[in-house]
Amino acid sequence: MQNYLEFEKPLAEIEGKAEELRAMARSSDSMDVADEAAALDAKASKMLDTLYKSLTPWQKCQVARHPDRPHCRDYIAALFDEYTPLAGDRNFADDHSVMGGLARFDGTPVMVIGHEKGSDTKSRIERNFGMARPEGYRKAIRLMELASRFGLPVVTLVDTPGAYPGKGAEERGQSEAIARATEKCLQVGVPLISIIIGEGGSGGAVAFATGNRVAMLEHSIYSVISPEGCASILWKDAEKMREAAEALRLTAQDLKQLGVVDRIIAEPRGGAQRDRDAVLNSVRSALTAMLKELSSKSPKKLIDERRKKFLKMGSKGLAA
Amino acid sequence: MNWISNYVRPTINSLFSRREMPENLWTKCPECGTMLFHRELADNLMVCPSCDHHMAFRPRERFAALFDGGIFVEVKVPEPVADPLAFKDQKKYPDRMKAAQKNTGEAEAMLVAEGEIGRTPIVAAAQDFSFMGGSMGMYVGNAIIAAAERAVELKRPLIIFSAAGGARMQEGILSLMQMPRTTVAVQMLKEAGLPYIVVLTHPTTGGVTASYAMLGDVHISEPNALICFAGPRVIEQTIREKLPEGFQRAEYLLDHGMLDRVTHRRDLRDELISITRMLCGMGPPVKGDLPAPVGTTEGDDTKDAAAKPDGDDAG
Ligand SMILES: [Zn+2]
Repeated sequence: MQNYLEFEKPLAEIEGKAEELRAMARSSDSMDVADEAAALDAKASKMLDTLYKSLTPWQKCQVARHPDRPHCRDYIAALFDEYTPLAGDRNFADDHSVMGGLARFDGTPVMVIGHEKGSDTKSRIERNFGMARPEGYRKAIRLMELASRFGLPVVTLVDTPGAYPGKGAEERGQSEAIARATEKCLQVGVPLISIIIGEGGSGGAVAFATGNRVAMLEHSIYSVISPEGCASILWKDAEKMREAAEALRLTAQDLKQLGVVDRIIAEPRGGAQRDRDAVLNSVRSALTAMLKELSSKSPKKLIDERRKKFLKMGSKGLAA
Repeated sequence: MNWISNYVRPTINSLFSRREMPENLWTKCPECGTMLFHRELADNLMVCPSCDHHMAFRPRERFAALFDGGIFVEVKVPEPVADPLAFKDQKKYPDRMKAAQKNTGEAEAMLVAEGEIGRTPIVAAAQDFSFMGGSMGMYVGNAIIAAAERAVELKRPLIIFSAAGGARMQEGILSLMQMPRTTVAVQMLKEAGLPYIVVLTHPTTGGVTASYAMLGDVHISEPNALICFAGPRVIEQTIREKLPEGFQRAEYLLDHGMLDRVTHRRDLRDELISITRMLCGMGPPVKGDLPAPVGTTEGDDTKDAAAKPDGDDAG
């Protein structure tokens, strides 16, 4: 069962019709619908291409948040071996919205850390919809520190609406935890590779994504504020999220042009949600390439380059 | 009583008279409603004499009161690309900028200066909430980097007075990138073995709190300042319950271990002098009113606290 986004409705109708035809054909031997169904398929396929070739920023937000997109958990399961989760911040709790642990990528031990949103009601609640509390950032700090001491590259998979705006989270120092996580990202003497796989929501994302390489999936987003939040502040109307999404320049393509993102990882036709294997494979090759680019650099060089990269950021605008 | 000596009073008064006096002789305290004569309020460091409410303290006025003799030298901040995203909401970003510059008489939301406090050489940076909510964009990031670089160059402590509604949304992702950029600035200080003191003033929120404002060696806040990552309204909407009295205020954060001290503005300068001197291994401070450091004169326009910034159209 395919979940359709609002702007995919015309597509849903055609694909639905094709499906119906095939179902009818299965229940009666005499019907021959092959030609008709194939025609509908072709029409749907063309429409899919057209839609995804020119997604608006707001449509990209919807795709980036698509419930069927592979999440951190799926990437870890598919791309890494011997994944050994490590839990807890050694202070207060284990935050289930952040996954992390030792794993092998192509045989090489690495530390993988990421936000996990969950995939059904139960797991979404357990994962707090991918919104970390201070414990999540502090767990990430601990794991980055561990990786740095033992020379393991760090791979972060970013997919969060943002840090959790809750009472306890604030009391336990949400700001400090995020600040320290960003600081730790800048300190580790190992390659730090960040991949934004869905939503890169504000400070909650940057705390994991201050990397030597930052890659984004083709239809993922990365922003200082959600389009809805921005619309309600600047337009005084949350319904203006389309305009806000446009103005914020939150797409992978704009961010690449701004120099905030190093690499865009292509998604299959119709987005990551339509072909998991394909997107998992693209991420695998991108990760292989990025690790290779960084593997021979000394700890000092990795730290220096990372700093310089961020200090330089923003020195040219979109127009340049 | 007041440690702004008579020596500098003319400077400070002229500052206030230029900006506030003509149309605004009286200010009503938003907390207790007392009508306060502006000069009285200015002499009291913008703290209400009847209820101790700490009002916004603009960077130039703060620096005039902070530095010995009210004398400081501005540290130049590299100008970033203007309107990097060609951002437009209901207004164009450049128009919002122009309006903010006109209203505040400042070029941007942060002022960086070097000078002496109690004969202790420091670099200081102060964020201006009245300039687009003190929001952090490329300029504020550049200002913090410039402040840290200058502090390292001169081997001086850095004191930052934070005040911000958060990130400069009109600079989109580039405002978010100021979190790592300013964190690099803090690292430069730490590696150089220099003290980094943060004074969190009302309000300090969002990405500012979640970067340089929470990475200090010492965190001091002014009383009752709102300090948070997510604002109280956002939290109430999320958890659908009323938040306790004083939630996310300075005293609350002190109780929860996020601050070292909550200090009344009248005592802040002495405390900063003590802390920086002890951390730098210097002798006990010379307290009280101090004239300007040797070699600077009050009338020297280039070093005068009240010197206008370039392009200032105030007055
Ligand atoms: Zn009052």
